[in-house]
Amino acid sequence: MEKRVLFKSSWLPWVLIAPQMAVILVFFFWPAGQALYQSVLLEDAFGSSSEFVGLENFRRLFTDPGYLDSFRITAIFSALVAVGGLAISLLLAVMANRVVKAAGIYKTLLIWPYAVAPVVAGVLWLMMFASPYGVIRYALIEMGFEWDHVLNGNHAMALIVMAAIWKHISYNFLFFLAGLQSIPTSLIEAATIDGAGPWKRFWTIVWPLLSPTTFFLLVINVVYAFFETFAIVDAATNGGPGKDTSILVYKVYYDGFKAMDINGSAAQSVVLMVIVIALTVIQFKFVEKKVHY
Amino acid sequence: MIQRTPILNFFSHLILILGVVIVFFPIYVTFIGSTQTAEQIMTSNPISLLPGNNFLESYRFALFGGKTEAGASVSPALPMMGISLASALIIAIGKIAISILSAFAIVYFRFPAKNLVFWMVFVTLMLPVEVRIGPTYEVISNLGMLNSMAGLTVPLIASATATFLFRQFFMTVPDELVEAARMDGAGPMRFFKDVLLPLSKTSMAALFVIQFIYGWNQYLWPLLVTTDEKMYPIVMGIKRLIFGEVYIEWNVVMATAILAMIPPAVVVILMQKWFVKGLVDTEK
Amino acid sequence: MASISLRNVVKKYGKGKTELQVIHGVDAEIADREFVVIVGPSGCGKSTLLRMVAGLEEISGGEIDIGGRVVNNLEPAERDIAMVFQNYALYPHMSVFENMAYGLKIKKMPMAEIKQRVDKAAGILELGHLLDRKPRQLSGGQRQRVAMGRAIVRQPQVFLFDEPLSNLDAKLRAQTRLEIQKLHRELGITSLFVTHDQVEAMTLAQRMIVMNAGRMEQFGTPEEVYHRPASTFVASFIGSPPMNLLKDVQGGRAGTITGIRPEHLDVVADGGWEVRTETVELLGAERLIYGRVNGEQIIVRIEEGQPSPSAEEVIHVRPREERLHWFDAQSGKRIAA
Repeated sequence: MEKRVLFKSSWLPWVLIAPQMAVILVFFFWPAGQALYQSVLLEDAFGSSSEFVGLENFRRLFTDPGYLDSFRITAIFSALVAVGGLAISLLLAVMANRVVKAAGIYKTLLIWPYAVAPVVAGVLWLMMFASPYGVIRYALIEMGFEWDHVLNGNHAMALIVMAAIWKHISYNFLFFLAGLQSIPTSLIEAATIDGAGPWKRFWTIVWPLLSPTTFFLLVINVVYAFFETFAIVDAATNGGPGKDTSILVYKVYYDGFKAMDINGSAAQSVVLMVIVIALTVIQFKFVEKKVHY
Repeated sequence: MIQRTPILNFFSHLILILGVVIVFFPIYVTFIGSTQTAEQIMTSNPISLLPGNNFLESYRFALFGGKTEAGASVSPALPMMGISLASALIIAIGKIAISILSAFAIVYFRFPAKNLVFWMVFVTLMLPVEVRIGPTYEVISNLGMLNSMAGLTVPLIASATATFLFRQFFMTVPDELVEAARMDGAGPMRFFKDVLLPLSKTSMAALFVIQFIYGWNQYLWPLLVTTDEKMYPIVMGIKRLIFGEVYIEWNVVMATAILAMIPPAVVVILMQKWFVKGLVDTEK
Repeated sequence: MASISLRNVVKKYGKGKTELQVIHGVDAEIADREFVVIVGPSGCGKSTLLRMVAGLEEISGGEIDIGGRVVNNLEPAERDIAMVFQNYALYPHMSVFENMAYGLKIKKMPMAEIKQRVDKAAGILELGHLLDRKPRQLSGGQRQRVAMGRAIVRQPQVFLFDEPLSNLDAKLRAQTRLEIQKLHRELGITSLFVTHDQVEAMTLAQRMIVMNAGRMEQFGTPEEVYHRPASTFVASFIGSPPMNLLKDVQGGRAGTITGIRPEHLDVVADGGWEVRTETVELLGAERLIYGRVNGEQIIVRIEEGQPSPSAEEVIHVRPREERLHWFDAQSGKRIAA
């Protein structure tokens, strides 16, 4: 796609793109290339010797129970965050769409958690479940439920899932609301005249028309859960107890910077890169008919 | 749905209010906690939901640091907020500046390898910093940029969302404006300064909000490249308060958390219109 | 001296196998102070030709000369021209004053002189009270006047108009046409005006260039173009209803097409051509009879008072001898009687 009208200059465009190109060459392409390179080597911690080992690091990864565990944990985590987050946000958006007049106020109130840093979100939720003063923990224990996220892996997972969903409600809500508002009321009215009740109207008209938005948000939420939740994990559980909440991106960090396994970490980075690229390609190819706002 | 029965209306409001409560509850609890003393917090089960009267003390401590009676030493949050502010601004402004120039070049000029350049920029959309932490850290380290403002900010300016947003916007500017400007004798940079920039104001505002929040909330990257406390952004400061000491001053932690939330929240609330536009535009 | 010379001007797109030639050697001499209209159907290349004169399109071949200077390699701003665009092209964020002053500011003209020129142009176009407004606060007609004002303040040698009236409603179009004529009388600047509307061309032009598929079919006064069209294309394009072009009619010659305008046909009691009526259009002051002669379609114009034939009725029409045109059936070009 090119504009009909262009400026003529042999040197100016290069000058204009130079800053961005410099930054992305040095801080993107070079490191990405390095990650690929390091993932097929075996180096010692000081980098003084290196040996080409082909796909050995990857083979090692995929036969390492710890890594496969991390994969499983991440899959569960992102499924819960995506589905849970979308469900709650959709409900709120549908309700907000009904109360047309007050929608503006609710919108203002519900969107600003986007501004909260993931690490802060982690801390906030941690403090609600902390011992002995956590409010929710207290409520759960009073109801007979023994909450302990420090020792119980499932509780720890629940904690980070809740924090992650909480933080992303505003984003999902905004997009769902916009998607709902773009559905022509004439369609809903036609359905009402045809005799469909609210429940039926939702499932036969609204839901299908909303599907581009839903699919789009699904991909976004999975990417979010995979990558942007690092801080939540670091703040709330440190990947624990043990490795029960060690999602893939956390493991890359831990192995690369704490356990000093440079090549394993590089191989993990490459795997993550492949996943992101796949998700992005899916997003671009299948969500081409994105809802236009 | 157009049925406006009072029951459904009531029900809708109920759910929405419930949503608002869920959203605000953690913040409320944290704020309340920050108005109490550490002792009060540690000895109550659960924490009281009524405001305490330790507001000033907690925040003074959080902002300016010091040593508590129990011997714990708290790093002041104020300088950390300064670091956060500086890096958020640098990231936001830096990104906007280099991206708008790139977008201008890509849309309004023809030059060899333009397609290649376009794809290179496009590719950066796909990989967030989290997947290249190891080698990027090495680069920063090799360039001697650890513990520096440049190290904190420059690698995060690398992504292309802003370039695409501007490109998209420029495509909607009518060709005739460029022709009229050429008629008027304006060269490319003149056109850029006098016509394109003023027209891009809303896009820049929208991007600024999103990028400011993005920069302020950065955690993983600062964690890696800073070891000197003086260079910690506030979001790191909070974490260290929890996992650093034996005796944790929870009221200070809560106060710091609240402090960390305020500037981005203020930006979102004041610039809500642009914030929404920014979110929606960057995902197209 | 602001004459314009077009010498074998050619425009091509693409290279090698995909090369497409859109303008095929246009030659024209436009005199100083002349108002010339370039008219033709969509896609004929008239805008492309104008834009080559403006410097917004590269010239693939030939020369364009403004005021005695060859301008092929000069930037638009260096050609001492001004252009009025179809969509006005006003800078949305600048006020009317700033829009008009922009070009002058770039030339580093002192502010006092800029103000003087802008005020004068605003006076001529009655924009004085709108100088502080932004384009979005103006009506279509007002915006068009600002676009013209922007051209006037440059005091160029040549004015270029790219279908400036196309976006206006019919009434405004007629009004603005008059304003443009008035402006030309007052300022006397050489003008090139592009339109697809032959009525605009006929009313505004001192001379017009009729274009079709990248070729100049005729360059003449409205009189010449109307009464002595150089080809069947010009004959059918100019004039409404269009001239009748008949291949095989009584009194015609082999290998030629006979042309006669609807208003130059008289209905007679008998003799002449036999026309089978199909429909009759009542247009107030006149009526148009649509029918067939020897199977070919023909339009006859009659006065309001004359009797209208009914459908399927056969009438007799006779052309006025001195008004017949002859065109070569192969090339479409005019043959001298």
